[in-house]
Amino acid sequence: MNATAPFLSIAIWVPIFFGIVVLFVDDKNAKLARSLALVGALAGLLATVPVMTEFVAGTAKMQFVEKVLWVERFNMQYYLGVDGISMWFLPLTALITVIVVIAGWEVIEQRVGQYMGSFLILSGLMIGVFCALDGALFYVFFEATLIPMFIIIGVWGGQNRVYAALKFFLYTLMGSLLTLVAMIYLYTKSGGSWEILTWHTLPLPLEAQKLVFIAFLLAFAVKVPMWPVHTWLPDAHVEAPTGGSVVLAAIMLKLGAYGFLRFSLPIAPDASHALDGFMITLSLIAVVYIGLVALVQEDMKKLVAYSSIAHMGFVTLGFFMFSKIGMEGGIVQMISHGFISGAMFLCIGVLYDRMHSRKIADYGGVVNTMPRFAAFFVLFAMANSGLPATSGFVGEFMVILGAVKYNFWVAFLAATTLIFGAAYSLWMVKRTIFGDIANDHVRALTDINAREFSILAILAIAVIWMGVYPHPFTEVMHASVNELLAHVAQSKVGK
Amino acid sequence: MQLGQFIPAFPEMFLTVMTFVILCIDAVLKRNHGTWAYLLSLFALIGCATLTLGMFVFPKPIVMFAGMFVGDAFGNVLKLCTYVAMAMTFVYGRQYLADRNLFKGEFYILSLFALLGMMVMISANHLLSMYLGLELLSLSLYAMVALNRDSRVATEAAIKYFILGALASGMLLYGMSMLYGATGTLNISEIAQLIAAKKTQKVIIAFALVFIVAGLAFKLGVVPFHMWIPDVYHGAPTAVTLMIGAAPKIAAFAMTLRLLASGLIAFAADWQQMLVLMAVLSLAIGNLAAIMQTNLKRMLAFSTISHMGFLLLGLLSGVVDGNSFSTTNAYSSAMFYVITYVLTTLGSFGMILLMARAGFEGEALEDFKGLNQRNPWFAWMTLIIMFSLAGIPPTVGFIAKYSVLQAVVGAGLTWLAVVAVLFSLIGAFYYLRVVKIMFFDEPVSPTPINPASDGKALLSVNALLILLLGLMPGWLLKLCELAVGASFRF
Repeated sequence: MNATAPFLSIAIWVPIFFGIVVLFVDDKNAKLARSLALVGALAGLLATVPVMTEFVAGTAKMQFVEKVLWVERFNMQYYLGVDGISMWFLPLTALITVIVVIAGWEVIEQRVGQYMGSFLILSGLMIGVFCALDGALFYVFFEATLIPMFIIIGVWGGQNRVYAALKFFLYTLMGSLLTLVAMIYLYTKSGGSWEILTWHTLPLPLEAQKLVFIAFLLAFAVKVPMWPVHTWLPDAHVEAPTGGSVVLAAIMLKLGAYGFLRFSLPIAPDASHALDGFMITLSLIAVVYIGLVALVQEDMKKLVAYSSIAHMGFVTLGFFMFSKIGMEGGIVQMISHGFISGAMFLCIGVLYDRMHSRKIADYGGVVNTMPRFAAFFVLFAMANSGLPATSGFVGEFMVILGAVKYNFWVAFLAATTLIFGAAYSLWMVKRTIFGDIANDHVRALTDINAREFSILAILAIAVIWMGVYPHPFTEVMHASVNELLAHVAQSKVGK
Repeated sequence: MQLGQFIPAFPEMFLTVMTFVILCIDAVLKRNHGTWAYLLSLFALIGCATLTLGMFVFPKPIVMFAGMFVGDAFGNVLKLCTYVAMAMTFVYGRQYLADRNLFKGEFYILSLFALLGMMVMISANHLLSMYLGLELLSLSLYAMVALNRDSRVATEAAIKYFILGALASGMLLYGMSMLYGATGTLNISEIAQLIAAKKTQKVIIAFALVFIVAGLAFKLGVVPFHMWIPDVYHGAPTAVTLMIGAAPKIAAFAMTLRLLASGLIAFAADWQQMLVLMAVLSLAIGNLAAIMQTNLKRMLAFSTISHMGFLLLGLLSGVVDGNSFSTTNAYSSAMFYVITYVLTTLGSFGMILLMARAGFEGEALEDFKGLNQRNPWFAWMTLIIMFSLAGIPPTVGFIAKYSVLQAVVGAGLTWLAVVAVLFSLIGAFYYLRVVKIMFFDEPVSPTPINPASDGKALLSVNALLILLLGLMPGWLLKLCELAVGASFRF
């Protein structure tokens, strides 16, 4: 195999280590905190490079496996590994962390060390979620991500940050606590094993599968978020600082979607089939209804937040049609949405830093004063509405193709996103970027500086690269997705 | 009589001697020489710990003093934990007591007597010695609550504690007497044997059980026998609150396990049902009432109630359908829970003690506003403690909750596990509120916080231990399992 060093452990613990150090650098040494954080984030990104280069496509096996007994009494293991489904999320997470650190460079002036440290720790924990192959380890990483995010929203957030932070934490905790019970149930049923791969083969009666599925659904649906448990997201996004919104949209939402692939589908395949109509309905509501909700938002961040929910609806829709193209489309959409939503929130952050307003009505004609910024913003908005040759198109197109095969009307409803997505994204662009200069504040705007340019440029390259040449992304996932689909097709009831 | 045959009781003997030595020295020195008592008490604890560590050379339980006392691994592990808890209580409380003119010999002498009581409770194999230990502990605590004579709330708390405590002791004693009536013996192992041989009357024992459970519930502080907890926790000087809230929980747990699981295991189906009810009520009332508190000590008091409810969950999942195959799992999980809970409690009251200054109690939630800006290190340590109380990984609070929950699910009581986690969710809210106050709110007073350096160092060790045990819980879990496995036969 390809593992010559514990690459995954390095990818997890390097950012956490730097994060803890940076956490305790006080404000007198803010410069040191920033540079140290950047070094940590870059080291974290560097640590994921071998995972990309050494990864062997064409096999569904777990790679870079590390397995050490962790808690002997409960047979919990420090068991890591990635497959084609999870692999791309490691570099994505590390890249977004670098971007967030740079994005907060001058903007964050108070408690800089704690801000940067929280993001670095969060980054390591999220990579841990994507790597964990032991249920308990997964749960520990999954839950632990709440702590830094809670602090980030609550300390550096906007007006209503306390409410948003508490809502975010408690909502997510509610789902995951029930998941814990489901995991303990699986642990008991499997005769004392925490290995997710063992749970995959554990035969379960349909009723038990349904309960397990619902328990997992509560955790993951909140995280994704799916309608109707999405209400925490607009609050969290609006109140969070720019970096918080970026990480939330780009990575944290994916933890939920990833959970479906790793837990719900393979552990409860019969329940997944039995409840697929339900799941597809929820997904379509997210796509259509939330798309309409996004249309009427007056706050840019809220608009992008609702657009995130709609896009994540696409992801879950792709998963529950049980076709290869749908599922791969869903995963591509996850990665692509990571780039696009991150970029959208960064753009809004750029505007907010200058105007201290997120209201669409306060803007207008920004292109006249910030032409370079406007170019990026338009590009990302286009990508958000699924323009061909951007990454947004690839995932959505694949899911719609899958949907057409599944059922025409599902495809029809899903395809409305191309209209609504374009409508809310481009209408926002029209109102903020184009037109005459709306007021003196806009007239006084200065264009993006080199720092802002560089982070937006990185994301723009990623969005276009993935839109033009998605092959490297899809290539690695073929084998794993095939394996997963073959597994889900088999009944586990009467084995 | 040879001295050798008393070896398992050496720690108790040593402690008794040391307590009297400190008493004498304190009487001779006459002035407020708390320092001597403080240092000697810590020395006594270290001595006890050394002696208890030596007891692990005995692989099997040793019963002595005509069946009154048992030296076993279970007791030794718990005793070591009580020493640590007591030592931490002393260190955390030093500055606080000194600021309030309470840094005197009395506090330490009473604490050591209380510790002796706990040790006797932990090692009791006989209803009489158990009661003796309990009363020694309780009487010392009643006096300690009233240590600050001039405080009206403290006096009120002491009287309340004394009256309700005496009532509970009476109930326990009544239950014990009925047990004696039904079996003709006070020895716990003999009681178990007689019940197993079906030489007893079931009705009387069932009746006795009600009183015993009620008495135990009072000492643990679970609903509906929890009324004293908020008032006593709130009214007592914080150092004494810590004293009451930490180590005695371990002793109460040991007593509960010895009485119910060791002596009355045949009646498990009966007492487990009572515990289910009390556990659910404790989780509900403890967590719901804690939300409304504005005083941190009172909030932690209600949180204690809910945690003890959680502890009961572990105790009640031992015997399934008369089958005791999972008892070691369940009871050692409960043991792990109580040990780690005490560790976390030490931290949570420790931080209040460090917050306090002369003339300022630092126990209102408001006082913690903006702590993150005033002293970031302190705030982060408190954050770890709060998340551990809420049971969020990667702190030890999660592992403790998990180990109890897996025992509950293993006993086929999945619905109870769901109830427990739902109340944990409610519980998370008020712990989060403390974090919110520390991190999100602006500081009200700009005074920098400079706690005594010994207390500060201890809080760091305490919090980091909570984190470390959350990451590497294996050894303590194993230790609990071995201790329970080696000491009980079900």
